[in-house]
Amino acid sequence: MLARIESLRIDGSAAIAAAPDVAALEELRVRLLGRKSELTSILRGISKLEPSERGPVGSGANAARAALEAELEDRLVELEGAEVERSLVGESIDVTLPGAPPVATGHLHLLTRTRREIEDVFVGLGYRVLEGPEIEHDFYNFTALNHPPGHPARHAQDSFYVDPATLAEGVVNDHGLAPGPQEVLFRTHTSPMQVRAMESQAPPIFIIVPGTVYRRDTIDATHSPMFRQVEGLAVAEGISLTDLAGTLEHAAKALFGTERKTRLKPDYFPFTEPSVQVDVSCFACEGSGRLADGTRDSLCKGSGWIEILGAGMVDPNVFGFVEGAYDPETTQGFAFGIGIERVAMLKHRIPDLRLFFENDVRFLGQFA
Amino acid sequence: MKVPFSWLTEYCDPGLEPEQVAELLSMRAVEVERVTRIGVPSTDGFVVGRVISAERHPNADRLRVCEVETGEGVQTVVCGAPNVAAGQTVAMALPGSVMPDGSKLKKAKLRGVVSNGMILSERELGLSDEHEGILVFAGEHEPGVRLDSVLPIVDAVLELDLNPNRVDCMGVYGVAREVHAITGEPLADPPWDLDAEATGSDGVETLASVRVEVPRLCPRFSARAFTGVEIRSSPAWLKARLTAAGMRPISNVVDITNYVMLMTAQPLHAFDLDKLPGGELIIRAASEGEKMTTLDGVERSFDSETVLVCDREQPAGIAGIMGGLVSEVSDETSRVLLEVATWNGANILRTSALLGLRSDASARYEKQLHPELALRAQRLASRLLVELCGATLEPGTIDVTAEIPERHRITLRGERADSLLGVELAVEESTQHLARLGFDPAPHAGVDIEVTVPVHRHYDVTREVDVIEEVGRLHGFDKLPRTLPAHAALVGGLSPEQQGRRRAEDVMRDLGFDEIVAWAFVDPSLADRLRLPAEDRRRSAIATANPISKELSQMRTMLLGGLLDAVRHNVARGAQRVCVFGSGRIYLPERPAEASENEVDAAIGVLAGSFAGRIASPALEPHRIGAVAIGGLAPDSWVTTQTEVEAAGFFALKGALEVLATQLGGAVAFVAATEPFLHLGRAARVEADGRAIGWIGELHPLVSRAWDLPPANAFELDLAPLLAAAAAGNEVYEDVTTFPAVLQDIAVVIADDVSAQRVREAALAGGGELLAAADIFDVYRGVQVGENRKSLALRLEFRASDRTLTDAEVTAVRKRIEEELARLGGSLRG
Repeated sequence: MLARIESLRIDGSAAIAAAPDVAALEELRVRLLGRKSELTSILRGISKLEPSERGPVGSGANAARAALEAELEDRLVELEGAEVERSLVGESIDVTLPGAPPVATGHLHLLTRTRREIEDVFVGLGYRVLEGPEIEHDFYNFTALNHPPGHPARHAQDSFYVDPATLAEGVVNDHGLAPGPQEVLFRTHTSPMQVRAMESQAPPIFIIVPGTVYRRDTIDATHSPMFRQVEGLAVAEGISLTDLAGTLEHAAKALFGTERKTRLKPDYFPFTEPSVQVDVSCFACEGSGRLADGTRDSLCKGSGWIEILGAGMVDPNVFGFVEGAYDPETTQGFAFGIGIERVAMLKHRIPDLRLFFENDVRFLGQFA
Repeated sequence: MKVPFSWLTEYCDPGLEPEQVAELLSMRAVEVERVTRIGVPSTDGFVVGRVISAERHPNADRLRVCEVETGEGVQTVVCGAPNVAAGQTVAMALPGSVMPDGSKLKKAKLRGVVSNGMILSERELGLSDEHEGILVFAGEHEPGVRLDSVLPIVDAVLELDLNPNRVDCMGVYGVAREVHAITGEPLADPPWDLDAEATGSDGVETLASVRVEVPRLCPRFSARAFTGVEIRSSPAWLKARLTAAGMRPISNVVDITNYVMLMTAQPLHAFDLDKLPGGELIIRAASEGEKMTTLDGVERSFDSETVLVCDREQPAGIAGIMGGLVSEVSDETSRVLLEVATWNGANILRTSALLGLRSDASARYEKQLHPELALRAQRLASRLLVELCGATLEPGTIDVTAEIPERHRITLRGERADSLLGVELAVEESTQHLARLGFDPAPHAGVDIEVTVPVHRHYDVTREVDVIEEVGRLHGFDKLPRTLPAHAALVGGLSPEQQGRRRAEDVMRDLGFDEIVAWAFVDPSLADRLRLPAEDRRRSAIATANPISKELSQMRTMLLGGLLDAVRHNVARGAQRVCVFGSGRIYLPERPAEASENEVDAAIGVLAGSFAGRIASPALEPHRIGAVAIGGLAPDSWVTTQTEVEAAGFFALKGALEVLATQLGGAVAFVAATEPFLHLGRAARVEADGRAIGWIGELHPLVSRAWDLPPANAFELDLAPLLAAAAAGNEVYEDVTTFPAVLQDIAVVIADDVSAQRVREAALAGGGELLAAADIFDVYRGVQVGENRKSLALRLEFRASDRTLTDAEVTAVRKRIEEELARLGGSLRG
């Protein structure tokens, strides 16, 4: 009897291993372990055996049954797995077809992105970001920035004036300012916020002022009546021109790459003294003036340097226009102005200023 | 300002290439925009020649066959110039010379005679436009001498880009002084040191008189008289210098006035004394509307602030800007009255701007010249008039002078200079820089220096800080070390508002919108195209008094116009789906709130148009965010069908707006409303915290048509109140997990004209505290609910924060909800 049980187990194992599919395996389960199977009938007939045989036959048959059940289960997992795999073959897709995103890819305007880059550089240096009015009093735009009436620099920046009849009543006269057709204008630079900020806060003051400015220029590839600047102002005890040089070199490296160098040249602005122009070493030709193929670099016009901004030490006369804590004799600070369009055009090799204002989605979509 | 290099180096020659000098000037003094080369490519083959004979060409009436001594033998040269004659000293190009246009001169047979070279005109050498005849020297040069040793036939020109403070560098000598200060190479004595000898017998006082009626506007007026003046063409060297400096040679007297101006920065004007009745000049203000024809042949009309230089009968010139035709120097002139005046710079600038007339003179005068310069120019010009025009200087100088400003004396404190520049400069170094610039430095108390500002820098350098700039720049700004300020007490960062604005812009981008930047200027007709009625306050736009064009003459009161222009641009170029947003200011003629005391610290209120400063800004400039969408918000793809894409309309944009509000941590409400530019049945007012902050809707079909657009949806909001109502960053935890919610769906059948909002509000009112949410998830219209009725499906969420709700409690609440809905005429279905 025990030999028969052993042979049933061996034959069963072989049949299970050979079962070709889940259906055949189910038939096999019935044949091997079902109510009518030989193993079942052996177990059922145990009571009829000699008492001495009952023990060994019972445990042998139960063990054989357990072994076959386990093998059936393993084989079932194996066969089912194979069957799922087979069915998946028919469900193949072309994974190289384009994806279908739930939303389209939007873009910030490159000028917004560039403004944020500049803001973040100076926020990292401990500056706060202020904003000021675009429609401004002559006092802040010119007079308090050391452009007295009749000063040539007033004419260098041809201004748009506001028709005073279109302003709210009293916005000019209530402040004791001379009412006149040129009293209110579109700010020609972000510098008026230097004075506004200093009127509101005693030194030390470290601020940048991003914003839109206006000049009466006809639109072409390099001129626009409306463009953007970031003003900077740092006033604290002992601040010097070398601090200006270091700060702007840091900014140039952050914006244009860590290998960049800067150089300072004499310049003139009525509201800074000394005044400097800051050049950055050209990033197209690495400062050599020649491109890899030996041709003259058009970005820096072969000079190896690109003018990026104007700056200087705040003119004592400007401090003199601030009432309060800014003594022109003892206060020191520096100021600078960066053109946002200019930075974006240089960094991304944009040839024409008008592209910024056309808002063609094929342009907007190039800048992530 | 164009500075011929050969002229510059006559006064200070550092022995460097023009490009090197340009670089030094740019780094230490004034910007040199570019260096250009003029003249012949190579000086080889250009020599002085002497014409031995000039015979008529045997085969051509208009040609001469000349024998010319060239230093290396006599050459036969065929010449076409009418003025060639034996005995002349001329400029020659021998065969092999390369002409300014690049062509190479060859031996040539002209009508049967071989010509070994060419006798040159001034134009052929690039010296002037003169081409009627050949250049003839006065005879002072030996034949065979290289031409470049007597004439600048090759030169470089430095083009300066001058700032308004450096009028001294509008004269070549001023630039030479800078080269001297930078390099230390010797500076030649000023050309104006020597005066001409007055050999006339009349004296200027008997020939002319000057009356200045406006001394405030004319600090100095000087005049000298010259008799026996021979008007002719200037010598070649003078023409060459003027041409290289960008001026056209005219005749010796006029050329001398221009040359002296280019040398000294001081303009001059020559009158034909015989055309000034009685020799009288009166300097007076114009009468309003007075007219005169200027040298350029244009009749101009003046206001009462314009200063005129007049003869006894009529205006003879606009002071400091341009002379008149009446008393112009001509070929017949034999007596000259030379005016060298000092004018009020601000007034010249004003008049020049008003007339739209700038000249080389006004460009200098407007920057304010010191009265002392006038007499320098008189001296130099007198010498040249005597030398080059055979003139006799009449004794005396008419000099009508108001107050001559005293020279500034300034003490430069070493400590202050070091503190401002951030480096320690040796007193010796600073002293040397200042001495070379003409500041007469004298040591003062050891580390300080006392300077006297030279007259050519009188209006530029008035304070200690200006002197610090002088020593700083000559030390070299590019040599300064790089340091960072020490300011540990400061904290930087964006204000909460600025962070909120960034977040809002990022959300719009992440929803698939492209940001546009539009003009702040708009066309006044925009209000009509947006169908704004006459009384709409958005028609009250701030206007530019001097716009470039009518299309850009008003400031926007809404973002919508710019957004629509951008959409039209893209639709016209074939874009099917255009979803754009703008984030920017509008400009309103309203008074902004006064800034708070500590505005810089708070930095709050900027987006609402409230800025730092003692004086409030003149207009209100609130920040807005707006969007326009055409096509679906989801991108078109091979998976999406075209119908699905088109289905995205009002509700897609409303959904985007809700996401924007939610991402900022706030919520917005929508109330049906109308706007003139929106579809009257598909528009809503947007509210935050119960306050109107903007609008959303489908564009009115006539507005879409005005921009050639398919149906479009748009919204526009004030950003400040949206952010003020938002709680992002300040959310407070709410327990939603301890006691489970009970969810029930109901369907309410109700008249079509009852808004979903009212149904939802009724459900919430009936539900009271235990109803946590009521969300509409389906809308059905059809025969089963009857005509003019709809069925709204709501998912109700009942919850208490302190217990699990019983069936009885929920049933009771639901009954109250049904009662509230019944008041609106609604009944539950199913």
